[in-house]
Order: sequence, then structure tokens, then C-alpha cells
Amino acid sequence: MCLGIPGEVIELMTEHEDLAMVSVEGVKRAVNVGLLREDFPDGRALDLQPGDWILIHVGFALSKIDEAEAKASLEWLAGVGDAYTDELEALAASDIT
Amino acid sequence: MRFVDEFRDATTARALATEIAALCEPGRRYKFMEVCGGHTHTIYKHGLEDYLPETVSLVHGPGCPVCVIPMGRVDDAIALAEHDDVIMTSFGDMMRVPGGRGSFFDSKAAGADIRMVYCPLDALKIARKNPDKRVVFMAIGFETTAPSTAMTVLRAAVEKLDNFAVFCNHVTIIPAIKAILDSPDLRLDGFIGPGHVSTVIGCRPYEFIARDHGKPLVCSGFEPLDILQSVYRLLLQLHEGRCEVENQYSRVVPWNGNAKALRVIGEVMELRPHFEWRGLGFISHSALRMREKYARFDAEQIFGVPGVRVADPKACQCGEVLKGVLKPWECKVFGTACTPETPIGTCMVSSEGACAAYYNFGRFSRERVKEATRA
Repeated sequence: MCLGIPGEVIELMTEHEDLAMVSVEGVKRAVNVGLLREDFPDGRALDLQPGDWILIHVGFALSKIDEAEAKASLEWLAGVGDAYTDELEALAASDIT
Repeated sequence: MRFVDEFRDATTARALATEIAALCEPGRRYKFMEVCGGHTHTIYKHGLEDYLPETVSLVHGPGCPVCVIPMGRVDDAIALAEHDDVIMTSFGDMMRVPGGRGSFFDSKAAGADIRMVYCPLDALKIARKNPDKRVVFMAIGFETTAPSTAMTVLRAAVEKLDNFAVFCNHVTIIPAIKAILDSPDLRLDGFIGPGHVSTVIGCRPYEFIARDHGKPLVCSGFEPLDILQSVYRLLLQLHEGRCEVENQYSRVVPWNGNAKALRVIGEVMELRPHFEWRGLGFISHSALRMREKYARFDAEQIFGVPGVRVADPKACQCGEVLKGVLKPWECKVFGTACTPETPIGTCMVSSEGACAAYYNFGRFSRERVKEATRA
């Protein structure tokens, strides 16, 4: 629950404005990106596109991160052991679409 | 130097360790608290304490939300789960946390419908699929998970899913730090600030620590090098006579946090007058409850909860560990009566708890140190 897991945005799901399809450790999951929605100065509501990396907490993206940070986080998580494996299993069983 | 091999960049680590040692004034002892359980994990896993000068010690703070849930709240949650028409949903981390009457796992074995979810939206989905049941989500966590609960409640309101409710146990980090600063037991020289919580709240809320209490704080990343660098920055501030909030983790943590996340928390939740923290007792304005506007999603108002206060087991010293007064291995039951398989206290339950982290990793580095001393 406390682990922030990096995922790579595959596509924004236009049928659900707050959801994006994200690849997490190679597994595709829907993630809620509503907390990244803001009124940006250029008129966009969501500064996110395929290829971007996000940090996911309990199914919600909390921040955008760069790829190097994502790779570092994934290595850190691999070292956490069971807690991360459990979290990934829980995430795999999650379906918020 | 085995530890150094585990770092990405051993040369940088070595250089940092040398600079850290050079900043320490002779004869002065330094004590820094890392607030977040993730940092505790890195410190034990990589044996960072053995890597610092003997005069610099790291103490572990109350930043594991599972660890600070008082036993009475677990009992309240179990009482909710025992309603015939209730499906209780919870993060997996919560399942083994002992209350006065056992854990969620025990209650599930006795017949209660308790389901693990990864995301609060999973609980919402269960509510959608079970219109004849009432689905309660056991909400726990600091500001990293509170926005997700708030977003889920807002979704439930849009969908008019009135069979969904939240048992709100969200806590906020700042009052806990304040309580520690006010505690006479502990003299700290500075803080390693949490990483992910700060993604939401930003760095500004910590400014009172520097301004009013004269202690520096550095928000830190989770890599061993991040933590060493944060210790270096704390020592540098002390050396130069500065006292500020710094952001070592700016690659992830924005100075102002996530405004949207703070807004949704504020829309759905408000501060409780006081809340009990395991081991720390009652702390004013330290937790969140549902706003009146969303009372129809508030399990406490819908069902009423017993609200019984349960004292921690006598043998358990989680409170001292959570305040950083005791190291995990100094607790009377550590590793004997209390292990990750049969935890007495919460610090041994969660993998982010100081005791579990130390049990799993730290003792090896201590053994290494002992061997080195012997040799």
C-alpha cells in the first residue's frame, strides 16, 4: 500500500476521462490519472501522453516521473522482496475499468 | 566493503561518506529521524548506519500508517465487518494487524466477508456488483492514499452508489512530527523528510520545523545514495549554522505538492479534533474524517462503531519504537515473542515497519559488524 510503483502510459482511455492504460512491469493495467488533471495554462486538462512514466499509489497516479527515476524505483522495489511481490499480485487482481 | 558494492556508484558513495565524516564536529553526536518506513527499509537493507560515523545515528519515525493504527480501531473495523450485510474491503497490509479481538484474517476465518483490494476503486466495483450488500472500505494511510479515497468517494457520489461507505482512518504526517518534536524523550538534530507523502503535500508544510523548532529537514529519495546525500545536507546545514527545509528528491517531489490531490482531500474530508495513534496516544488534528456533506458514505455515521479504546499489550514497545526512543532490537519481545509470522505489535506486521525491516535485513548487518569487531 505504501509502495509507489512506476508505470509507463500506453494510452489514455478516452471512454473514461480519468483512466489510462499503463504498463506495470510488463502487465497492462488501467490506472486512474485524475489526480494529475489540472487546468494547465495552454488549455489542456491533462499533461500526459503515451510513453510518459507515472508513479502509482493504490491505483492512482500521484506524479509524473522521468524514465531514469522509474528505472531506479523499479530496482529499489525489486529489493523490497515479498512486499513488492504481494503488491504486484494485488495490482494484477485489480480491475478498475 | 561489501555495502558499497550494493550501491550504483560506489565512488560517489565513498566520497559522500568521507564528506559526511569531515562535517562532523569532534565530540558532537548527531541524531536524525527518518520519518518514512521506506527510508527505514533502505537503511537496514543496505546497512547504511554501519556506513556513517559512529557519532551519527538514524532513528526511525512514525511514518508507517499500518503501524500507527490503534488496536481499538481494528476492533471497530471488525465490528463493522461482522454485520451480516457488510462486505469489508481493505488493503492487504491491514489483514494481519492485531486488534484486541484478533485481526481481519481471524475475523474472515470466523465467517466475516472481508476482501483484499489493491485500490479503493476496486471496493467501489464490489459495491456496484453487490447492490443488496453494504460495502465498507477500510481507509488507511497518510496523504499518499487519502486522495485516492477522496476520489473514490466523489465517484460514488456521481454514481449515487449509496451502498458504499468508507471507514476513515487516514492520518496526517505533520501533527505526528509535531508530537515527536514536543516529546521530551528525544533530542533530534534534524529530519530526513518523507518522499512520497511530500509528493502530495509538498515541502512548505515542513517549514515550521526549521522556523519554530530550529531543526533542518531534507526531503529524501529512497536510494541509498539519496539517504546518504540527505544526511550530508543535514550535516552541512548544521555545520554552516543554517536551518532550512531542502528538497533532495526534487526529481519526484514538487515544492508545492499536488494541488489537485490536496483539493480533493479537502473537499471530502476534514480534520478530526483528535485521533489515537498506536504508541503515541491521542494527537490533536492528526487524522481525517468524512465531511458532513458526504455523511452518507461515512461508515462511522451509518453504522456507529463501538469506539472502544484498547490498551497495547504490556510486552509491546511499539510506541517507543515509533517515537525513535528504542531501536527495534531493544524491545523486550523483538524476535522472540514478536516476529513477522506472529506479530504482537504493528511495527512487526507491515514490511515498512521498523521492526519487520530490521528483522528481515538489519540483523545481518549487525552480525557483520559484530564479526568485524571480533576480527
